[in-house]
Amino acid sequence: MFSTQHPPTRTGLIRDLREKIARIERGGAGAEAGLVACTGVPAIDHALPAGGLARGALHEAMGAGPDTEHAAAATLFMAGLLARLDGPVLWVLRQADLFAPGLAAAGLSPDRIIFAEAGRDVLAAMEEGLRHRGLVSVVGEVVGRLTLVASRRLQLAAEQAGILAVVLRRSQGFDDPVLSEPTAAVTRWRVTALPSPPALPHAPATPGLGRARWRLDLLRCRGGEPGSWIVEGADATGGLALVAEIRDRPAAEAQRLLA
Amino acid sequence: MPRFATDRLRKHSACSPDGPLVTSIQEGNRLVLAAVDRVAAEGGLSPGMTLAQARAMVPGLVVCPADPTGDAAALRRLAGWCLRYAPLTAPDVVEGGRSGGGVPDGIWPSGVWIDVTGTAHLFGGEVRLLGDLLGRLAEQGLTARAAIADTPGAAWAMARWGTPAASTEVTPTPPPPSRGRIVITPPSRQPVPSRHPIPPRPFPIPPLDAMIIPPGAQATALAPLPIDALRLPRALIDSLRVLGFEQIRDLTAAPRAPLVRRFGPLLATRLDQAHGAVFEPIIPLVPSDLIQARLAFPEPLLTAEAFSAVIARLAREVCGALEQAGQGARRLDLLFERVDGAIPVLRVGTARASRDPRHLARMLDERLERIDPGLGVEAMRLVVLQADPLAQAQAVMPDTGRDAAQQDLGPLVDRLANRLGAASVYRAEAVESDVPERSARRVPPLSPKPRTTWPADLPRPVRLLDPPQPIEAMALLPDHPPIAFTWRRVRHRVRHADGPERIAGEWWKRDGEMRSIRDYFRVEDEEGRRFWLFRRGDGADPDTGDRRWFLHGFF
Repeated sequence: MFSTQHPPTRTGLIRDLREKIARIERGGAGAEAGLVACTGVPAIDHALPAGGLARGALHEAMGAGPDTEHAAAATLFMAGLLARLDGPVLWVLRQADLFAPGLAAAGLSPDRIIFAEAGRDVLAAMEEGLRHRGLVSVVGEVVGRLTLVASRRLQLAAEQAGILAVVLRRSQGFDDPVLSEPTAAVTRWRVTALPSPPALPHAPATPGLGRARWRLDLLRCRGGEPGSWIVEGADATGGLALVAEIRDRPAAEAQRLLA
Repeated sequence: MPRFATDRLRKHSACSPDGPLVTSIQEGNRLVLAAVDRVAAEGGLSPGMTLAQARAMVPGLVVCPADPTGDAAALRRLAGWCLRYAPLTAPDVVEGGRSGGGVPDGIWPSGVWIDVTGTAHLFGGEVRLLGDLLGRLAEQGLTARAAIADTPGAAWAMARWGTPAASTEVTPTPPPPSRGRIVITPPSRQPVPSRHPIPPRPFPIPPLDAMIIPPGAQATALAPLPIDALRLPRALIDSLRVLGFEQIRDLTAAPRAPLVRRFGPLLATRLDQAHGAVFEPIIPLVPSDLIQARLAFPEPLLTAEAFSAVIARLAREVCGALEQAGQGARRLDLLFERVDGAIPVLRVGTARASRDPRHLARMLDERLERIDPGLGVEAMRLVVLQADPLAQAQAVMPDTGRDAAQQDLGPLVDRLANRLGAASVYRAEAVESDVPERSARRVPPLSPKPRTTWPADLPRPVRLLDPPQPIEAMALLPDHPPIAFTWRRVRHRVRHADGPERIAGEWWKRDGEMRSIRDYFRVEDEEGRRFWLFRRGDGADPDTGDRRWFLHGFF
């Protein structure tokens, strides 16, 4: 029996079926699983099937090129995302190179984060955290390979607890092919730094550093289309903003950029 | 059960004040001595004498009224202290009528049973364990005698009546470390007048006070002991004496049936218990004022699933009791009473007092694999060894959201700390320091919310390199950002830069930072990556730094 809210048209039918499937997939994890973590940029949120990064799911983020090792931009992207959520975060580190004042600068207050230095036990510690419902998110820094089995475990644990699980993929090699192997994550993001415009656009000669500029690549998205956006990096509250020029560009160029 | 042998150790506590000290107790219509100290004993006094006689024999006798209740309480505390040596200890007292405390009339009940099965090796063997125990007791001003044996009965006897000569004869080899119970049994305990300083005893204690019976040798060791060593009622001992039984070997040599017919089954039971022919099951009692729950099963359990179910039930029971007491568990022992009499123990601790049955049950479940169920487990007992006050509402993380606010993070922190080590789980807290490496410090994850935070207007990288990595940079002096820099043999041309942010050394923390200065720059290379660089020195005065450049972090 379909809901009476939508007339039994073809689109309505499909929407109902999708909702049903989503409910079954969530395994009755309750309303929490329906919540999302918004990027704050409507264009990006709308491109995601859940209207944001679905909580109760596993998401991946990685850097690109020389930033593959430290994934600084990806870290700031995720920190900004978490800054807009409420509640404690478990951040599982491989080694202690994360700098809490830097996270605070992206709006993620340090007293919300519990750090766990796990060495090689990152995945196990993440799973431990995902079994605990008091957290809003579990972030893990995984160096090198993340197998399908391991990511599936994390995804299932996240689904059950309704917790946003994030894996920051890092690797010693630039653009390590290991990072593009398939995993069970719902979305995979690549955050690449782009040259930023001068701090004062009307006076380009003035020294200074404006807002960072990133290219956000949604490489993989379950139930959605991959996409690519150019955004201004996380501000003091972790907020992103679509770069103004993109909106003004002709449609053809924007299409080329998305492709 | 010879395989699960039991060691016992008994302890005797007596102060050594300057003068002879005795305690007295009303018996009928006369005052008799309840306990005598060493000096008084040397003067010929013994428990059971009338006070008047004692006063006549020893001049300057200090008499205190006996306080059996206080003694028993002190003994329980001592038994609790002895938990440092083994998970199972029990005060050897008459009250409560436990069979482990079946002390003959006339002997002041005071002693502690310690089951050292499987724990002696933690102290470097049984000999060292006894030395450590007696030494520590001596430091507290308690004289004690201790014995380790296969059976509680034998240890009890040896600690009270054994002679070192007897034990050295039967101790040809060091005993294996995995044996059973110890009892410490002080023959008498006296109140310690606090005004007398107690001279510390030499450490380690002379072996005179410590006896170790090797496995299976208790029969030899017990044979020459007087029958008083069998924990029999005084009347029974007296009537045995009348019949000419003086030593235990007389009793073992005599035909058993007539003895039992005449003196009752207790005599035979005690003999068998001392020799290990009968397992004496009730000895290991944890101090009874602890919160605990026990569940016995009609059929012995063997599987982990069954244990888990029992653990869940025990945890619920214990947590209910904890809630009534307004406490939360910090340390728990789970005792598995096996069919064969052995009692393996699981011990877990929590970072913060907890009475969440699911959390406690899970911590125990995770370690279940370490327990060998043997032929089956008849009963399980969950004991709260250490509890802290815990109010109804537990503290939660600061600034938590609506749904998360109700959740306590203590269990999660416990499990992570159990897995990764307590030092690896932390929260960052702002420190009022300008030097970036020192501006964040690790605090326990559940500590209260800090008041300070980092200044919002100072940009800080999200990844910090520790230590900073040297780079080669080209820059105009004194305070221009670099034009280009080389890190890891890759040249980065700087397109935008912000700075300098001058950070002076903290001379009040380190002498070497008296004049040192770092000039920090945020720079962006042509690819858009952002770096945090600094130059040692202010670029002009060489005293402030050597003008070398470093990469310190990434944005």
